Amino acid sequence: MSQRTATEAGLGPAAADDSAAAGPLRAHRRRSPKLIKRTELTILLAPGLILFVGFVFVPIIIAAYYSFFSWGGYGPLGPSVGFKNYSFAFHDLYFIHAIEHTLILTAASVVIQGPLSIAIALLLNRKFFGRTFLRMVIFAPYVLPPAVTGIMWNLMLQPNGFVDQVMKSLGLGGLVQEWLANASLTLWVNFVVLTWQYIGFGIVLLLAGLQGVPRELKEAASIDGAGPWEVTRRITLPLLAPTIRIWGFITVIGSLQIFDIVWILTGGGPGESSETIAVYLYTKGVQATDYGYASAIAVVLFAFCFVFALLYQRFALRRDMQGALTREVG
Amino acid sequence: MRSSRALAVAALAVATATAAAACSSGSGSSSPSTSTGGSSSSGSSTANVTLTWWNNGTNQPLLGVYQNAIKSFEAANPGITIQNVPIQNETLQKTKIPLALQGNNPPNIYQQWGGGVLAQQVSSGKVANITSDVSSWIGNVAGAQGWAVNGQQYGVPVDLHVVGFWYRKDIFQKVGITVPTTIAQLESDDSKLRAAGYAPIAVGSKDGWPDAFWWESFALRDCSQSTVTSDIAAKNFTDPCFTKATNDLDAFLNTNPFQAGFLGTSSQTGAGSSAGMVASGKAAMELQGDWDPSVMQGVASKADAAKLSSELGWFPFPQTPGSAGSQTAVLGGGDGFSCTGTTAQVTACAKFLQYLDSPAIQDQLVGVGQTGEPVLASQSHAITLPATQTASAYLKTAAYEQLYFDTALPTKPGLNLDAAIANYFAKPSTSTASAILSSPSAP
Repeated sequence: MSQRTATEAGLGPAAADDSAAAGPLRAHRRRSPKLIKRTELTILLAPGLILFVGFVFVPIIIAAYYSFFSWGGYGPLGPSVGFKNYSFAFHDLYFIHAIEHTLILTAASVVIQGPLSIAIALLLNRKFFGRTFLRMVIFAPYVLPPAVTGIMWNLMLQPNGFVDQVMKSLGLGGLVQEWLANASLTLWVNFVVLTWQYIGFGIVLLLAGLQGVPRELKEAASIDGAGPWEVTRRITLPLLAPTIRIWGFITVIGSLQIFDIVWILTGGGPGESSETIAVYLYTKGVQATDYGYASAIAVVLFAFCFVFALLYQRFALRRDMQGALTREVG
Repeated sequence: MRSSRALAVAALAVATATAAAACSSGSGSSSPSTSTGGSSSSGSSTANVTLTWWNNGTNQPLLGVYQNAIKSFEAANPGITIQNVPIQNETLQKTKIPLALQGNNPPNIYQQWGGGVLAQQVSSGKVANITSDVSSWIGNVAGAQGWAVNGQQYGVPVDLHVVGFWYRKDIFQKVGITVPTTIAQLESDDSKLRAAGYAPIAVGSKDGWPDAFWWESFALRDCSQSTVTSDIAAKNFTDPCFTKATNDLDAFLNTNPFQAGFLGTSSQTGAGSSAGMVASGKAAMELQGDWDPSVMQGVASKADAAKLSSELGWFPFPQTPGSAGSQTAVLGGGDGFSCTGTTAQVTACAKFLQYLDSPAIQDQLVGVGQTGEPVLASQSHAITLPATQTASAYLKTAAYEQLYFDTALPTKPGLNLDAAIANYFAKPSTSTASAILSSPSAP
């Protein structure tokens, strides 16, 4: 819904422009309005297009090209190995594990962070004393650079560190774990820290979406006898759905690519127990200087994100994007 | 209205043009630096040369030694300026240097550790062949062949290292244990230390390579020198002795010798690191290279650091009686530097390396700097730390010194080996154990 409004706003000035420009131009019979419009579009779109092609499209093509070579990064491109890098990747247990870890983080983000964000956003949408302060507190972690978050939590989670001390003082000493050293736990520790960092973003996004839910509808439903739970379920949530769908898109793509916090918090360890696809890619590419192989991994990661984005746009975001893609507004 | 629109369009056009110009000037400016290997600043006289120096001397006392060396070298060589850029060891070794060598502006003097990694770096075409620059004095430098590729000198060591146990004499005394000579004795010492409330051995498993020291040390005890050499060259540890080494390590790990949470501990960063734990007396010992005392100085409190000189001791990796390997072989390596840049820069770099290998600076490096062994045999008297003196004396009697496996191998196989051993430490099982053996040839 908010997307459609944005599109309308975007089209507005352009359409107004046409009609305003048409009069004087026709009188002078200099250039057709179409040409002017095209020139304007070219000038306005060119910088963005150049950046996109230069820094997104071309690197993707280059990475795909490198992925067919065994190349250490030094000197000229090494010998061509065909699809060997790809077949190596899918036979490497560490890579399969990295995919599993990434998918677990992604699924957990959607399944756990989603309902939590919605619930907190609904709570924070009510009027109560200290609401603004609470909103700020919840959003604050998102403003921290992920590197700072990683270092901060790394220090707090040390054996006998801040987290252990707090738990002990609350009488939960028995639950204290080796947070960063227990191979079967570190992936979930990463997930908790990721949630701590990013849940504020989801909540703010959903709060913004909630502002678009007309109060009259809720009031009308209440007058008709609907209870608060029913109003939430039948009025608020359906109207919030486009925002939730966008949140889901951002979250899934972000989770598939997660690197920074994991890298600083556990380095993908112990061993490879919390290694994500991006961490695997970094160790193979930059550290082990196997750029051909790392490019193949990058292409696989890109394919994951791309396929997901296409499917999600096609099936989940179709209704939300209809106006923007087809220009059939209103 | 229209004029302002026209103005806005014009402004945008200008901005676009400026951006495009900036882009093209960016790519244009990279072309002269591409030719740093040849001639870009050869026009300027040798008298004015600036060198960037990347090293891992981030903490005192080494930082001070390097800074003083720069100061005195610059005073003796007017026109040569050296910019010191200390970078944290793991970042320097695994990220900064490989990336810099792929780029067009690598540091003029950069730290590296010789072996197969250096050979791979040479293939970048950016590392200078300094054979003729150093020929007059390289003969006096011990271990220099480790920094040569195909008989050509591409780097120079400035200190040498030996890996062994750094232990706290005061804790050993308090608990009533002596230096172990066999693994069985080490295990019995461990249980006494644990009973007394100490972490027996600290290890920085988060970094991976400290775990590798353990497996490699067992391999030196269980495999003959020729087997170690040939299997490293083959990038595959097929000889059964390496399986025995893994089994020995497995049995040792089962005695739970390390500190709680060792898998999440880094080796050199901060008071919570494995070096910090020994320095503060929380752990009794650590298997590390002889740079360890210097690292401890950097991460310990003043009071703890002051105690280290008298309370730190050293002993070699214990023996595994009856095994096929040498019982006195040691693991080790060294810190060296390579040169890149214009002819003038490379000449100045080689001159600086000669200065670092001069008796005066060697004395400071191994004395105040506590970096390990001097490359000039004549200067071993300069080692002031008793523990390092013990290590140095042992090195002279050792059957042979084996370069760390991850450095002897090229970059990727070496890192694969470290990763496989670290993974085995994290999840000991038959599959992670057997993965170690073939790891150097893994993708």
